Amino acid sequence: MFDNLSFNSNLCIVFEPQNILEMADIAEKVKSIIVEKLGVEASEVTPEASFTNDLGADSLDTVELIMEFEKEFNVSIPDDQAENIQTVGQAITYLEENAK
Amino acid sequence: MELKRVVVTGLGALTPIGNTVNEYWEGLSTGKSGCGLITKFDAEKFRTRFACELKNFSVEDFIPRQESRKMDPFTQYAIVASDEAIKDAGFDMEAINKNKVGVIWGSGIGGLKTFEDEMIYFGKGDGTPKINPFFIPKMIADSSSGQISIRNGFRGPNYVTVSACSSANNAIIDAFNYIRTGRINICVTGGSEAPVTIASVGGFTAMRAMSERNDDPATASRPYDVNRDGFVVGEGAGALILEEYEHAKARGAKIYAELIGGGFSSDAYHITAPHPEGYGALLSMIDALEDAQIKPEEVDYINTHGTSTPIGDPQELKAIVDCFGEHAYKMSISSTKSMTGHLLGGAGAVEAVASILAIQHQFVPPTINCKDLDPAIDQNLDLTLNQGKARKIDVALSNGFGFGGHNATVIFRKV
Repeated sequence: MFDNLSFNSNLCIVFEPQNILEMADIAEKVKSIIVEKLGVEASEVTPEASFTNDLGADSLDTVELIMEFEKEFNVSIPDDQAENIQTVGQAITYLEENAK
Repeated sequence: MELKRVVVTGLGALTPIGNTVNEYWEGLSTGKSGCGLITKFDAEKFRTRFACELKNFSVEDFIPRQESRKMDPFTQYAIVASDEAIKDAGFDMEAINKNKVGVIWGSGIGGLKTFEDEMIYFGKGDGTPKINPFFIPKMIADSSSGQISIRNGFRGPNYVTVSACSSANNAIIDAFNYIRTGRINICVTGGSEAPVTIASVGGFTAMRAMSERNDDPATASRPYDVNRDGFVVGEGAGALILEEYEHAKARGAKIYAELIGGGFSSDAYHITAPHPEGYGALLSMIDALEDAQIKPEEVDYINTHGTSTPIGDPQELKAIVDCFGEHAYKMSISSTKSMTGHLLGGAGAVEAVASILAIQHQFVPPTINCKDLDPAIDQNLDLTLNQGKARKIDVALSNGFGFGGHNATVIFRKV
């Protein structure tokens, strides 16, 4: 129990200085997952780009993307929130706010 | 109703002894073994550590990664072989009526690798089912025929036959029936399997169905040899384009052979063991001969099911003697599984291709690795041991028998 606590407090200490770097990391990782899974060019993966309307994803691709985000960023995205993640920018924002 | 004639106008092969039809025939005619140690997973603790895997095959040479990653390997193989066959048939894709083109494929298992990977991933988790949304469409056996039709826009009948190791023969016969009854003009048929996986190799060894000759894999598939100790699993695909004869003639198509008959039967005996008297095999061959309306004496070559199992091999040969009588000793017989291994649901397809190529080249591919012919086998049969040979082949028959007691036989004739 105490080990856990000290581990968590350590995390808090390192969190702040790396915060900005981590934000950039999240955006880059999100983009690379999208490039990998949807087979699109990195230049197409703009914040405004919609998975289904602009990047050619079908409903299964979208589900898979959400699952990849969950796996990569160690988060659990509830279905009602996943429905609101329809663009690259929405994914990045959600993960920046919720990634562990 | 007058039945239409059905001919073969395209071939495709992706096999452990060659990745194209030409390479496959080169391997078949020269007696090449496709067997080697398993590279697809760590088989160190398995009773059998070898298989007939594809060589120098990279799916991305054929299908972009974004598409191929949504296909199990058995579907990838189906796409590669059917692509070759469709190209070989030389269709004008704008001119043919794609609504009258079917895809009827065979697979004994389907996407086993996909199933394993997903369940292993699940097993490593905390019980939360994070199942990939492509899991089901990748795994189900009919995804192979579905993907072929999506790729080519073929909108005729589309499904997969599942009858273990006779699956592809059943697919070919179904395709044959749709064309000869006038329902469709063309059908892409054949079969594929990707069974070099932990569940498959582990499962078949648990049944003691597979050879365990780990010290000499290249000679492990040895049908009719007294020391045979089981089949060798193989992966790959075979594809045939079946086409209504007048349709093929009208477009000036190259015709390899005519498919003249298909027969089937069930052993109604045991879930894995073949009927001890080879009765199901006999019925299947008789049914095919009747369907083809030919006399037994017209058959020149039999590509046997011949898996190299102690029980199966002699029973099929007994059935051949029972079916053909004295003529059994005049025809040529061989098991090309001695070279390719056993492609399970794809076996009938690559062996149909072998039979058609045998007709085309007037050459019998050999049964390799038979050093000491089993004394329990009729010594007067011409089993084409260890070396292929030229001979007149007008009619070739190919057998496929599957766990569950399914038997299916196809007969091709020179045109």
